Amino acid sequence: MTDNNQDHNEKYYERFDAYSRFLHVLVIISFISLATTGMIIKFSGVGVFQTLSKILGGYVVTGFIHRTAAIITFIYFFLHITYLLRKKIKRGVPITSFLKGENSLVPNRRDLTEFVQTMKWFFGKASRPQYGRWTYWEKFDYFAVFWGVAVIGFSGLILWFPELFTAIGFPGWFINIATIIHSDEALLAVGFIFTVHFFNTHFRPDKFPMDTVIFTGKVAVEELKEDRPREYDLVMQSEEMQKKISNEAPSPALTKAARIFGFTALIIGIILIVLIIYSMLFLYQ
Amino acid sequence: MKKSVISSFFVLFFAGCLFAQSKSDQVCLECHGDRTFTTTRDGKVVSLFVNGKSFAGSVHEEISCTGCHADVNPDELPHPEKLSKVDCASCHEKPVQHYDRSLHAQALKAGKVLAPTCVTCHTKHEILSSKNPKSRTFVMNIPSLCGQCHKEGTQVSKLVNPEERKVLSDYSESIHGEGLFKRGLIVTAVCTSCHTSHDILPHTNPASTINRNNIATTCTQCHREIEKVHLKVIRGALWEKQPNKIPVCIDCHAPHKVRRVFYDDSFPDEMCMKCHSDKELHKVVNGKSVSLYVNYDEFKTSAHTVNQCIKCHTNISKSKSPVCLNSGKVDCSICHTTQVDDYNISIHGTKHYAGDTRAPYCTDCHSKHNMQAKKNTDSPTFSRNVPELCGKCHREGKNIAIAIDESNRGIVTSYRESIHGKGLLQSGLLVTATCVNCHSSHRELPPSDPRSTINPKNIATTCAQCHLGVYEQFQNSVHSPTVTKTDKKLPVCNDCHFSHEINRVDLKDFRQSIITQCGRCHEDVSSTYFQTFHGKVSKLGEAGAAKCFDCHGSHNILPPENPKSTLSRQNIVQTCKKCHENSNRMFVGYLTHATHHNRDKYPYLFYTFWFMTILLVGTFTFFGIHTLLWLPRAYKDKKAKQLKNKRED
Repeated sequence: MTDNNQDHNEKYYERFDAYSRFLHVLVIISFISLATTGMIIKFSGVGVFQTLSKILGGYVVTGFIHRTAAIITFIYFFLHITYLLRKKIKRGVPITSFLKGENSLVPNRRDLTEFVQTMKWFFGKASRPQYGRWTYWEKFDYFAVFWGVAVIGFSGLILWFPELFTAIGFPGWFINIATIIHSDEALLAVGFIFTVHFFNTHFRPDKFPMDTVIFTGKVAVEELKEDRPREYDLVMQSEEMQKKISNEAPSPALTKAARIFGFTALIIGIILIVLIIYSMLFLYQ
Repeated sequence: MKKSVISSFFVLFFAGCLFAQSKSDQVCLECHGDRTFTTTRDGKVVSLFVNGKSFAGSVHEEISCTGCHADVNPDELPHPEKLSKVDCASCHEKPVQHYDRSLHAQALKAGKVLAPTCVTCHTKHEILSSKNPKSRTFVMNIPSLCGQCHKEGTQVSKLVNPEERKVLSDYSESIHGEGLFKRGLIVTAVCTSCHTSHDILPHTNPASTINRNNIATTCTQCHREIEKVHLKVIRGALWEKQPNKIPVCIDCHAPHKVRRVFYDDSFPDEMCMKCHSDKELHKVVNGKSVSLYVNYDEFKTSAHTVNQCIKCHTNISKSKSPVCLNSGKVDCSICHTTQVDDYNISIHGTKHYAGDTRAPYCTDCHSKHNMQAKKNTDSPTFSRNVPELCGKCHREGKNIAIAIDESNRGIVTSYRESIHGKGLLQSGLLVTATCVNCHSSHRELPPSDPRSTINPKNIATTCAQCHLGVYEQFQNSVHSPTVTKTDKKLPVCNDCHFSHEINRVDLKDFRQSIITQCGRCHEDVSSTYFQTFHGKVSKLGEAGAAKCFDCHGSHNILPPENPKSTLSRQNIVQTCKKCHENSNRMFVGYLTHATHHNRDKYPYLFYTFWFMTILLVGTFTFFGIHTLLWLPRAYKDKKAKQLKNKRED
C-alpha cells in the first residue's frame, strides 16, 4: 500500500524496530557517500566525475568523506552484530536454532523451493509463493552487504594504511590487488543496490515507486497478508507478535520525512548508476 | 788597387779644402768674432757678432761662412755692408718649396710679423742636426719649439679658434704627449709627425697631411695595419671598398686632445640643424611623406650624444646640395659590427632585406636620434621594457602574431603570466629572462635553424646562461644526448617547461601538465600510471599526488639500475618517504605502473581482475534475468487485482 490516505480502521504491523531502521539509515548515508566518492576515483578519467570531484571540494574532501563513511560502515556493522548477539542472548536459544529460525536470514532449503516456485510463477505455471518474513532475494541482499563490508572493508583498510600493512609483512603488490578487489567489489555492490535492490524493493509494480516500510517500520496488515502470507499467518498464530499490531498509522511527519529521504537516496542512486553505465560503456578502458 | 788610389786622393783633397775653408772663416771672425761689432739699421743697433765656437759645432761648419753668404768674397774685404739674404733653398730646395706654400709662409707674405721663417726654428749660425738632442728640432724639443708660438696665451694662439688654443697642453695630456714626455719614447708622434715639418697646411687643403682624406695615411706612418685591430669596430671590407663610410682616425681619436674634439668646422651639427630643426621638413618616398625633422635636444640626451651627425651620416659631401642629399640609410655596422652581422643573418634581417616591410630595422627597436643605452630605464631596450618592445609586433592581434603559427599567437600574454614575466614585471627582477635572453638581441632565428639559440640542440645551453646548475644535472641524465644515443627526439628544457608559459614547478599548473608532457614520449608507462592510485587522483586535478618527477627526479633522471637513481634499491625507500613517512622495503614494492591487462607481467593482478569481473557479470546476469521475468508478471498481477477490485466495487 503506497496510498497515503489510510483508512482509520486499518491495522498496522511493525515489521522493523527502531534500532534496525536507524541502522538502515546509516547504511544508506554511508553507502551513498562511499559510492559517490569512490566512483569519482574509479572513473577519474571521466569528465563528469572530475566535475563532481570539483563540486564536492576536490580529492582531499572526497577522501575525507570516503573515510568518514567507512568508519560509519564499520560502526553499523559492529552495531548489527551486537544487535544479533543481544537477540540471541535474550531469547536464550542455541546458536544453530537461532540461525535456523523463521526470523533468520540464513538461506535454507525452503528458499530453494520458493525460488523454483517463483520461477514457475514468473512463467504463469504456478501461483505466487507464500513468502515469509524474508524472501530469498532479501537474504541475498543481506549477505551481499555482509560479504561486501568484509571484503571492501578489509581491502579498503589496506589502501588506507598501506605502510602499516606492508610493515607487518604484506607484499607491495598486494596493495595493487587490494585496489582491484576494492574497486570491482564496490562496483558490484553499487551496481547491485542501485538496480536490483531498488527494483526488488521499490520499483516492482506492486510497490512502485517506493516502499517506506524500512523508514516508518510499519506495514498495513492487509498488505502484509497479501505480500508475505506465511509471515502473516505466523503473526496471527503468535500472541507475542500480535502485540506489534496497532491502529496507529505512521505519523504524517514521519511518512513525509521518509519519502523525502527515500526519494533523495533513490534519485542519487539512479543518477550514479546512469553515470557509471555511461562511463563503462563509452569512456572506460 | 786603382780604386784605393783614387779614394785616397779624394780624402786628401777634401782635407785640404776643409783646412782652406776654416782658414777663410778665421778671416770672417776677425771682425764678426768681436762681441761689440754692431751696425745701425733703420735707427736700431743690430749686433753683427757671430759665435765662432757655436758655428764650429753646427751642421754648417763644413760649408764655411761663404757657403751661405755667397756674395762675400774673402779676398775683397771688407765686403759691402748690405749683403743679400741667405737663401736656404740653394741647398735645401724641397723643404723651402714646402715652406713657401705653408701656412707659415703665407702669413709671412701677408706681412704678419709673427710668421716664422727658417731661422725662427732652426736659428742662424748655431744650427744643429735634428738628431742632436741639443737641437731645437730634436724630436723631444719639437712640442716646445712649436709651442713657442702655439701654446696658450701667446700672440699666435689668440688668432686661432678658442678650441684650438690649448693644442700644446692637450697634446701633453694625449697618449702621444704622454709617450714623449713621461716615457721618453722618441718614436712618439710630435707636431711635425702629423703636420710635417715644413709643409704645414690647413686641414681644409686637400694636400694637407691632416685633411680628412689623408689622415689615415698620416696615422698609418706609425700605426701600420691598424685595420687589423679595428676589425671589431669597423668591418674590414669597408676599409677598401667604401673608405668614405669609415670614420677617419680623428673622428674617434681626437687630435691633440685625447677625446671629444672633432672636425667641428667641416660639417658641424649646427649646419645640419639649420634645416633639420624644421618640424615641417619632409621628403616624399613612394608617395609617402617622411618627416626629416630631428629633435636635437632629444638627440643630445641620447646615448649617441658624444657623436656628431656626420659620424653616422657618413655619406655626405660638400659637392652635393644639400650636402646630405641621397646619403642613404645609416649603416650602424661601421661601429656596431658584430650586432649588425648578427642582425643580417637573423629572421628580422633576412626578411628586411627581402623587402618585408614588417621586419624591423635597427632603428625600429633602438629609435633613430633618441636612442638610449639599454641600462637606461626609459630605453625601450631596457630589460623591463623588452617584452613591450617585442610585443609591438608579436602581441596577439598584431600582424606578426597573425603570421606565425597559431600556438604562438599569445606569446606576449603567456610570457607576462610565466615565472620569467612575473619575475620581471611584478617582482622587478632584472636578472629575469626576457625575450632577448633566449632569442638573442640581434640574431633571432626560428627554432628550426641550427644556428638559432632556441634550436632544440642549443636550448639547453641557452637556458644554462642562467640555470647552470640544472644544466649540469641534465647533462648527466638519461635525457642528455651525451648519455642516451638514440634516433628518437630527446627532450630539452622547453619540452617540459614550455617556452613562453614557463611556470613555477611547485605550483599546480606545472605539476599537472608534466604528466601529459612525459606521456608524449613515455606512452606506455603514462597510461599505466593513470591506472594506479597516483595517476587516478592526479586526473582529478590533485596536484599533491606523486607526479613523474616526484619519483624519477627531474633533471637528474637516471634508469633505476643506476645506483644514483632516485629509484635505485638504495634510494627508493627514501624517495617514497617524501610523501609516505613510514615507507619501508615492502611498501616500495607497490606497482606504480601496474596494469591488470598484462597477464605475463602481472599475473596476480590479471587473475584477480578476471575473477572479480566474472563474479560481477555472473551476479548481474542472474539478477538481470530475474528482474526481467518478474516485471511483466508483477505488472499482470497488479492489473488483475485492480480489475478484481473494480468488479467488487
